[in-house]
Amino acid sequence: MTDVTTEHHEYDVLIIGAGGAGLRAAIEAGQRGLKVGIITKSLLGKAHTVMAEGGMAAAMGNVYPEDNWMVHFRDTMRGGKYLNNYRMAELHAKEAPDRVWELEQWGALFDRTKDGKILQRDFGGHRYARLAHVGDRTGLELIRTLQQKVVSMGTDVFMECKVLQLVHDAEGRVAGCVGYWRATGEFVTFQAKTVVLATGGAGKSWKFTSNSWESTGDGHAMALWAGAKLIDMECVQFHPTGMVWPLSVRGLLVTEGVRGDGGVLRNSLGERFMFNYVAPMFRAETAESEEEADKWYDDHTAGRRPPELLPRDEVARAINAEVKAGRGSAHGGVFLDIATRRSAEFIRRRLPSMYHQFMELAGVDITREAMEIGPTCHYFMGGVQVDADSQATVVPGLFAAGEVGGGMHGANRLGGNSLSDLVVFGRRAGIGAAEYIEAGDVATSFDQGEVDAAISEALAPFDRTNGENPYDIQHDLQEMMQLNVGIIRNAGELDLAIDELDKFTERVKNVSVKGGRAYNPGWNLATDLPSMITVSKCVTNGALRRKESRGGHTREDFPNADPELGKLNFAQSSDGGHWDDPVSVHESSILIMPAELKALLEEDL
Amino acid sequence: MAEVTMRVWRGDASGGDFETYTLEQNEGEVVLDVIHRIQATDAPDLACRWNCKAGKCGSCSAEVNGKPRLMCMTRMDTLPKGPVTVTPMKAFPIIRDLVTDVSFNYVQAAKVPALMPPPMPEGGYRMFQEDVERGQEFRKCIECFMCQDVCHVIRDHEENKEHYAGPRFFIRYAELEMHPLDQNDRRDLIRQDMGLGYCNITKCCTEVCPEHIKITDNAIIPLKERVVDAHYDPVAWLGRKIRRKPKRSAADAAVQPAP
Repeated sequence: MTDVTTEHHEYDVLIIGAGGAGLRAAIEAGQRGLKVGIITKSLLGKAHTVMAEGGMAAAMGNVYPEDNWMVHFRDTMRGGKYLNNYRMAELHAKEAPDRVWELEQWGALFDRTKDGKILQRDFGGHRYARLAHVGDRTGLELIRTLQQKVVSMGTDVFMECKVLQLVHDAEGRVAGCVGYWRATGEFVTFQAKTVVLATGGAGKSWKFTSNSWESTGDGHAMALWAGAKLIDMECVQFHPTGMVWPLSVRGLLVTEGVRGDGGVLRNSLGERFMFNYVAPMFRAETAESEEEADKWYDDHTAGRRPPELLPRDEVARAINAEVKAGRGSAHGGVFLDIATRRSAEFIRRRLPSMYHQFMELAGVDITREAMEIGPTCHYFMGGVQVDADSQATVVPGLFAAGEVGGGMHGANRLGGNSLSDLVVFGRRAGIGAAEYIEAGDVATSFDQGEVDAAISEALAPFDRTNGENPYDIQHDLQEMMQLNVGIIRNAGELDLAIDELDKFTERVKNVSVKGGRAYNPGWNLATDLPSMITVSKCVTNGALRRKESRGGHTREDFPNADPELGKLNFAQSSDGGHWDDPVSVHESSILIMPAELKALLEEDL
Repeated sequence: MAEVTMRVWRGDASGGDFETYTLEQNEGEVVLDVIHRIQATDAPDLACRWNCKAGKCGSCSAEVNGKPRLMCMTRMDTLPKGPVTVTPMKAFPIIRDLVTDVSFNYVQAAKVPALMPPPMPEGGYRMFQEDVERGQEFRKCIECFMCQDVCHVIRDHEENKEHYAGPRFFIRYAELEMHPLDQNDRRDLIRQDMGLGYCNITKCCTEVCPEHIKITDNAIIPLKERVVDAHYDPVAWLGRKIRRKPKRSAADAAVQPAP
């Protein structure tokens, strides 16, 4: 029906998303001689990967030679409360060091040890200092290195292009996608033998979030609509340390590196309260007193780990409890103090962007004063269910890597495991796509009907004259999700959220936009809303079904972990493939771990 | 209730004008917060580019009261009283409102011959902190392109864009030239095609850099010295004649085996 003539491109491998995972997938596919196109909603080099601060976990053993992939594997599984896809955790732990070294070949400049190796820093949940880093701007180093590599290879990058929907062939294989140029509002189609989703997360549906406008879950939603399954969607990570003041920057990330480098958490009484929140599974390896904890920073054999460096889910819940008990700061957070523990020179050298960020935005000098921080919506452990080795989804031709993929991190991700996840599985998705093409059974047609439907739906808000402002809907959605599907959940609020989300679905169908199609943020937001609603529904569905507390998912009404639920993922699928169609939730058994890996979890490594 | 008045340039390549918006003042807000509030209420189609809102991605560059600034890092309470004027970066073609076409920078990026390190030894390269620090300073660059915007070689002379890389890429070349592992030679390229000689070190770029990179002192001046030495030093000239090391194209240099 559409009278819009669309620009058309053809590729072997089409990558949606230009963060760490998408760029690494592009490099791999390009090195295998395939024609690769990358689509990004923003400019190249601006993806959310730049926000990663602390580092990239890889058991290179440069600082502690005792470290190896087995300890990293064990830490990752324990951090994920054993809900992880063990095979992904295994591949990740084994391959991360090579991925870090390869970045150096491409121009990355990591901080060094005294003998010239890559320096590694401590982070929560990692037994040894394991994070390769560049001050507190490691994500920028990663994305710039990959970006420069991709550019030097001459790969086609399509910037400021919003993808609306995936397109199939007549047999249900993925055949490409349809989207529009943000600059002009003109539509464009990409036909491809394989599509790699590398779209990142979906934290923008919460009010207090470390995520940018881009993190609307487009990849999660498009995969679901296209027939793939989403797992563990209830497992959302609230990072313990986001800024809380001024209000306009609430949620902005404060790196875990502050704690890795000696920062401690205090309540309004000045107490180091984390000692009161050590869960039984971490007791054996966590310090019992401040004296013991303080010895550890210089020598990991002299004392056990400080409780501030427990996994993020544990720390976020503890902060939440302190604030609820009335021991919070004036603006509803707690205090993160490095000023009294490290020299001003040390802080400025190790944490330059944090120094800068607090000085410029809050007028706080972190070398003199404590930071006020609180939990902020940060990361989706859940995502598209994939085969660990190839990153293939159940939809032929469709792959997913990075935050949009599910399984690697289980119920909670350890800090530093995200940057390494991007490059380990970005590369594997590139290989997976190449092997799928080589096998020869690729899409043979391109469903123009799907294209036309997506375009007319995207244009509909221009035809409604009295509809609702998309910004109002987004604002209300963020408030609602923050209130009802936040860090601590219960059945009553989740049921309410389900009802509310049905109302939001109707509101999105009545959205209207002003102005033209050229670089119109209101329209751009209107086309993001279906993904935001879909993903919010999946998070809420999963949270209702998981009647236990595990990792990033905490139920007030089911405060303990249930061993039976620990054996399964909740997998969700769309009943009709349209964004407002119902979503079904199924139980999907977790992969059974081979005995030799299982033994690693119990050994004292 | 105190108020803020914003004069925002609205228009496209065919022309435009200032629109004035008056809003309530909120504590601690940055310019980008106020722009967002305008979008959410009066003008949902007001075009502006942004991503991280934390000074890390370099997307929200614009000119605030005539000076290039990251809107996300410019607190309203640091600006003089009275209306705040927000305009798009002047050196780049307008797309719409505050959004400009910065593709010039991506064209320049594609011309940079990549790093060429020797094969990696077992256990990784050895480099020392003092040797990587010089390059690390330049790699702090968030590509906000404000140094390009303010550089008078291209700000007032569109025609120079064809043969001038600009400060952002001079720090990139400096980083590669000072990289402890690099074996590529870009000096002829920098002198002949990248227009390093056009820069007359007025330091405008250094002044606007939100990462406080000493662009002129630490990158451009040392780069000028290297390039000039290579070109005019008779010993170096003879060396080049004898042991001819051609500059590699980006594509050649890109073919590096994975470890």
